[in-house]
Amino acid sequence: MCMRIKDHIIMGSEAPAATVKITVDGKTIMAIEGEPILAALLSENIMVNRYTVKLKEPRGLFCGIGQCTDCAMIVNGKPNVRTCITPVEEGMIIQTQHGNGMEEGGGKHA
Amino acid sequence: MLNREVVIAGAGPAGLAAAIEAAKAGAQVLVVDLNIKPGGQLFKQIHKFFGSSAHRSGIRGMDIGTQMLAEAEKYGVEIWINSAVIGLYPDKIVSIERGLENGEKELVNIQAKKVILATGASENVVRFKGWTLPGIMGAGAAQTMINVNRVKPGNKVVMLGSGNVGLIVSYQLMQAGCDVVALVEAAPKIGGYGVHASKIRRAGVPIYTSHTIIEARGTDRVTEVTIAELDSKWQPIPGTEKVLECDVVTLAAGLKPISDLVRLHDLDLTFNAVFGGWVPKHNRDMESTQSGIYVAGDTTGVEEANTALEEGRLSGVAAAEALGYLTAEQAKELKDDIWERLDGLRMGPFGEKRMFAKNDILADFPACVK
Repeated sequence: MCMRIKDHIIMGSEAPAATVKITVDGKTIMAIEGEPILAALLSENIMVNRYTVKLKEPRGLFCGIGQCTDCAMIVNGKPNVRTCITPVEEGMIIQTQHGNGMEEGGGKHA
Repeated sequence: MLNREVVIAGAGPAGLAAAIEAAKAGAQVLVVDLNIKPGGQLFKQIHKFFGSSAHRSGIRGMDIGTQMLAEAEKYGVEIWINSAVIGLYPDKIVSIERGLENGEKELVNIQAKKVILATGASENVVRFKGWTLPGIMGAGAAQTMINVNRVKPGNKVVMLGSGNVGLIVSYQLMQAGCDVVALVEAAPKIGGYGVHASKIRRAGVPIYTSHTIIEARGTDRVTEVTIAELDSKWQPIPGTEKVLECDVVTLAAGLKPISDLVRLHDLDLTFNAVFGGWVPKHNRDMESTQSGIYVAGDTTGVEEANTALEEGRLSGVAAAEALGYLTAEQAKELKDDIWERLDGLRMGPFGEKRMFAKNDILADFPACVK
């Protein structure tokens, strides 16, 4: 299901935009150039960004402005990247982060 | 080390307004912001602002953002996005983790002459069983997704909190194509303006006053919440529970000033419940208890974009005056106009208590600064 807002009563129709391809846990998705990683994930209805260190509970978008760190994921092998304030780039490899993301191979989906 | 006359933390309405005023007067200004785009929360305000024409009423927040960015560019304001102020050292040395084009970061130290902290506010959380499940988020976070990134965080939303943020974001979620299942408010009556509440009511959204969320359930995302009625002591009344199916819960329980940078420096703080928590003490120039360090916007107490913008202007004018770009007379004229507009924004049944709170803070300013 695509969660993008195509037409909007105030903001009008979606402007044509360049797209990039990113990989999320091995699956390739399309993202709009310059948008935060998190927005691309939401457009594909992907809600879990990480699982906590101790209780392994799921976490996802909470503040959306880089304050809370709940949306941290492994990006191009680097853990703890706040996906709400990091723009997508062509070929980016995104992984759900398990714990602190420092275990061998990063996330479990490596 | 680089040198800049004015370094501003935060490119929201306060930071941008400060930058514009200081640069317009002739100062060399750098604004630093953590986010991908400057403008702070202005670009998610797709509704028209309230107030008189002097306060840009009838203009949408996003358009004010566009105007301000154009003005900042016109006056030569330098803006570093994707960059965070991570340190403030004595004698106004500012440490910045600067985001580079290639995605890397570098540490830059800047010797500033004046520093303006306009770091804004963050949303309060409401803790109930299951509140950490994905799909449960700040109302402002949902608003950023739908209005800035044009993507829905889900389809069926329960909104908790009926202040203006709760009401406006509920309506905007509907404009984005989401179904708002219910608006839940712990107080016995709606917190925000009647005009916003009426829109929600007309759209057929059930409003549950004297209710709160008891529990959220789901495995990898929220799928339902239990709400219950509250008694006069804010305790859930057994037997009044209702289960609402949803995939998003938005929390609109107010905001608190972001004071991390303020705390890095030895600035005096004061607690103010009306303004959402601990705020730096400041004078009518928005100067903190340390000479040459100014504060503006929601950092000094949560209000709204317009007040943040005017406070930002004050700090920008004051900094430019202190740097010698404006005479005392020129600065006074500008500051008097700004204060007149600020007083206008802090009137009426909703604004008055903010006026009193601000006066308390101003009265609390020590006679001599560090």
